[in-house]
Amino acid sequence: MTIEIKTQSVEPLRHTFSNVARRQGADKSASRYLEAMFDLQPTVNFHYKPQWDPDHDLYDTGRTAIVMEDWYAFRDPRQFYYGAWTTTRAKQQDVAERNYAFVEKRALLDLVPEETRKVAEAAFVPLRHAEYAANLNNMYICAYGYGTAITQAASFNAVDRLGIAQYLSRIGLMLDGNTSESLDAAKQAWLENEAWQPLRQLCEELMATKDWFELYVAQNFALDGLLYPLVYERIDGELQRHAGSTISMLNEFMSEWYGETSRWVDATLKTAAGESDANKVQLEQWARQYIDRAAQALTPVAAQVFGTDAQSVIAELREDLTNRAGKKAGLEL
Amino acid sequence: MAAKRLSLREKYQKFTRDLAWEPSYQDKANIFPQTEFEGIHIHDWDKWEDPFRLTVDAYWKYQAEKERKLYAIIDAFSQNNGQFNVSDARYVNALKLFLQGVSPLEYAAHRGFAMAGRQFSGVGPQVACQMQSIDELRHVQTQIHTISQYNKFFNGFHDWNHMHQRVWYLSVPKSFFEDAMSAGPFEFVTAISFSFEYVLTNLLFMPFMSGAAYNGDMATVTFGFSAQSDESRHMTLGLEVIKFMLEQDERNVPIVQKWIDKWFWRGYRLLTLVSMMMDYMLPKRVMSWKEAWEMYFEENGGALFEDLSRYGIRMPKYWDVSVKEKERLSHEAWSIFYNYDHAAAFHSWLPEESEMEWLSAKYPDTFDKYYRPRYEYWRSLQEKGERWYNSTLPMLCQLCQIPMAFTEPDDPTQICYRSSEYNGDKYHFCSDGCKDIFDDEPEKYVQSWLPVHQIYQGNCGGASVPEVLEWYHLVDGQDNKEFLDSQDRANWNRWKGESDSDTDQPVKAAVND
Repeated sequence: MTIEIKTQSVEPLRHTFSNVARRQGADKSASRYLEAMFDLQPTVNFHYKPQWDPDHDLYDTGRTAIVMEDWYAFRDPRQFYYGAWTTTRAKQQDVAERNYAFVEKRALLDLVPEETRKVAEAAFVPLRHAEYAANLNNMYICAYGYGTAITQAASFNAVDRLGIAQYLSRIGLMLDGNTSESLDAAKQAWLENEAWQPLRQLCEELMATKDWFELYVAQNFALDGLLYPLVYERIDGELQRHAGSTISMLNEFMSEWYGETSRWVDATLKTAAGESDANKVQLEQWARQYIDRAAQALTPVAAQVFGTDAQSVIAELREDLTNRAGKKAGLEL
Repeated sequence: MAAKRLSLREKYQKFTRDLAWEPSYQDKANIFPQTEFEGIHIHDWDKWEDPFRLTVDAYWKYQAEKERKLYAIIDAFSQNNGQFNVSDARYVNALKLFLQGVSPLEYAAHRGFAMAGRQFSGVGPQVACQMQSIDELRHVQTQIHTISQYNKFFNGFHDWNHMHQRVWYLSVPKSFFEDAMSAGPFEFVTAISFSFEYVLTNLLFMPFMSGAAYNGDMATVTFGFSAQSDESRHMTLGLEVIKFMLEQDERNVPIVQKWIDKWFWRGYRLLTLVSMMMDYMLPKRVMSWKEAWEMYFEENGGALFEDLSRYGIRMPKYWDVSVKEKERLSHEAWSIFYNYDHAAAFHSWLPEESEMEWLSAKYPDTFDKYYRPRYEYWRSLQEKGERWYNSTLPMLCQLCQIPMAFTEPDDPTQICYRSSEYNGDKYHFCSDGCKDIFDDEPEKYVQSWLPVHQIYQGNCGGASVPEVLEWYHLVDGQDNKEFLDSQDRANWNRWKGESDSDTDQPVKAAVND
């Protein structure tokens, strides 16, 4: 039996904000994502030129070579606004927490052969520094990018990367029994070990890159596009042969995160490339350039696990990324 | 074997500042190009204290919990038409001012702290600024979602961000924040984290959130409570920033003092809008502006600066002027809006007799003497059907951009005029505080986008009021003018089932003491 609850019904005067109605072409109800994303960033009548960049306005389309008629053409397929993002991450965080607790409670890492643990430690823990660079790079995109559609998602990405750097640090502490020896060794490796130097060099170069969209392509598409599959699929898969799923449980957040975030990255590139041939040519040039750089930087990292097969592993991942660019991001590489 | 556990402090250190490294392939100045040009000397970023030690996973957990609760209430609020439970339709105008004037500043803070969080070369302040950046995004987005329901039933909300970038009185908050963002990262955090968040935020937050509570606006109150724990983190950052700069190098002290002087005055002038909201726009009043200023600035602020005196920091310049002005600020401001309400996106009105009595009691030295006679005169015009709107555009202060209606510190009957010459042009100011800020950086403040100048230069849609209103996206007869004649009031009476005769009379307001 259903009971009809009587409520007072009053006709609203309008269904959404005027800017949203203009973009929707009609005054109709809009999602929370759209109402809290469209047009948040000021576009006109700026008062003072920034002292740190007097050639541009505070918010300026001229900080990238990419040109858009409408910077709100970018949509996040995840429809993340702050509330949606943080509740999604909290759920994933909950799973990660349970995984860590499970591994600790059952002392599962003790069952992993010493040799495998060493490999895992050497392959994963130094990456927390690369994630820190990714954090700053995405904060840069949020700070100097144009239009809330992209910049808010970049700010979420930035915090995600800090979170991942912290998960990697935790994994290090689990592997070294909370002594932080693995973190210290990883930092040493990041600073001095030859295998990590090309990647560190690339990270430092990206932290000094001025064009924010170039940085987006370099960091979020090219570098992540090779690094995540290499580390969280290939190296993780290799470790599974000896460690079972223990290490994978600790990495679950990262692999799930990458799958989700790639959808946003691909959608962003596809929209920018679809806007004009000039954009497409520019994006393809950046993508090629930085895939080359990232492949070169990651080869010695891969070699730590795959030895002489590293070249072919990287070549396969490049091919996958090139295919992804064509199928999902509208780029012919 | 029991593992030796890192202390919480050590662990947090490993999880944040240990992530960074000294670059060797790039010059550090290419990665952090903004850390030196303001003249602040930092010798050791590791001396930065992290007051909260919040890791990202804990942040997600706490914040998601708060978001779930907040959105549950926002949903219930709209389902139950909670907007009809507010004290009076006049109250909603305070929310209009909030969405047009304050929410865009939350967004600006989101971007400004992203800049600071990227530019500081120490991980401690980077992480603190980055978390504040996304907190501020949270604030603007939850405000939009809360107020979305009001927008469906009341005028004036519908194009808030378009208006924020154009309408005359909204250039006051917009220029305030752009001033801070266009400076370097150290001045930005001094301006926003310390001078605004730490010293003055209670005067923004308390009036709006308590005002919401007193006036039955459950959605806004809930947002306020939910934001409070974020705000306490932000205030702590504000104090940490100041102490860090002062402790790093004594050459920083005069620079920080200059910024404190400037941003106290900038912030105080911005709060003019809040003062009139407190004294005039809340049908149920929380406290008077004067009482709030005494409690939150004179007492709390006084104690704070007493504390900072050991670093060689004194009270901000012209704080004494703010004390002299406390008995007139809100009245002078409300009169401006009464004059120019045909070009504003909220309604104004004259206080009713019961409210005049409250104002007399709260302002015994000034209200009956200077302001009551003015309101009574305006009421007599209104009764004759000649509601006064000023058709001459006002002169604006070059610095704070408020119409020049403030009076001399020692004479409430004399308008205060100050001016400076720069490159052969004359610039006008409402106060010594604004003039000093201009004189220190004239090349910056000659750039101000002054709404009145822009109208006269033909940059705002045309020379007539209707053309300018259209350019503002301000719907004449709906968004603007006298409350008594407004659609908002007529709709409210219809929805609340008030009789026709009630509609002809001003809505009675209860006045809290």
